[in-house]
Amino acid sequence: MPPILSVVYWAFAVLAVLAAAMCITRRNPLASALWLVQTLFCIAVLFTILHAPFIGVLQVLVYAGAIMVLFLFVIMLLNLGRSSGDLKGLVASAVGTILGVLLLFYVSPIARTSIPDAIVLPAGALDSTLVHQGVVGSVAGPLFDTYLVPFEITSLLLTAAIVGAVVLAKRKL
Amino acid sequence: MFTGATLAVSAVLFAIGTIGVLLRRNAIVIFMCVELMLNAVNLAFVAFAERLGVAGQIFVFFVMAVAAAEAAVGLAIILAVYRHKETVDLQHINLLKG
Repeated sequence: MPPILSVVYWAFAVLAVLAAAMCITRRNPLASALWLVQTLFCIAVLFTILHAPFIGVLQVLVYAGAIMVLFLFVIMLLNLGRSSGDLKGLVASAVGTILGVLLLFYVSPIARTSIPDAIVLPAGALDSTLVHQGVVGSVAGPLFDTYLVPFEITSLLLTAAIVGAVVLAKRKL
Repeated sequence: MFTGATLAVSAVLFAIGTIGVLLRRNAIVIFMCVELMLNAVNLAFVAFAERLGVAGQIFVFFVMAVAAAEAAVGLAIILAVYRHKETVDLQHINLLKG
């Protein structure tokens, strides 16, 4: 592992957390959305470093590119850009923050998970899959083979969602 | 090689998303915080996929598809509520409050 990778990893990990913190504290929903886009980009970089470059590209295309544009579009459509702060009162904010920190303590043991050696892939296995089957092929292979049925159900779900969104958002059918 | 660190980052992002849901009143911002929590979990999935095989990455793919469907329907609901109430502030959307 080149040492520069470690530096890049930590830079983007810290940036992701900072951008997420900015996202939840900005008063303007538009600024919130753009900070969230920043977080999503940083997570895409982390995906790429973790040997999932295709998922990283999907993250930029689908999340930052499509879903967040939908959010920005709705914020602008409803003209919420200049709304004056929607943070809760001091007591509610303090209680919320304390609950969030408690949750962090509750989920943080996940960082010390020890995976049993018996089920861990041999070192470099994912690397060699990426090299032999290609960046897209390593994900697309199992997706259209082992996970074909869930994949088809996903397409059904997306169709239902599109129809549902049109029906809900239309003024008069 | 970054498994533990990535899981820690994932936990922090999830907690930040939760705090955002608890702190804000704007329905769209709360919705964005939920997306942040989904992404934190995706990060954990990819971290485990690096050690345990590509199935975790495929689950992330499905989570993204569900998130896209959720965003489309959720924002349509918010639009419909806005048309009815002229606000997205959850303080004023309290029909179920006793």
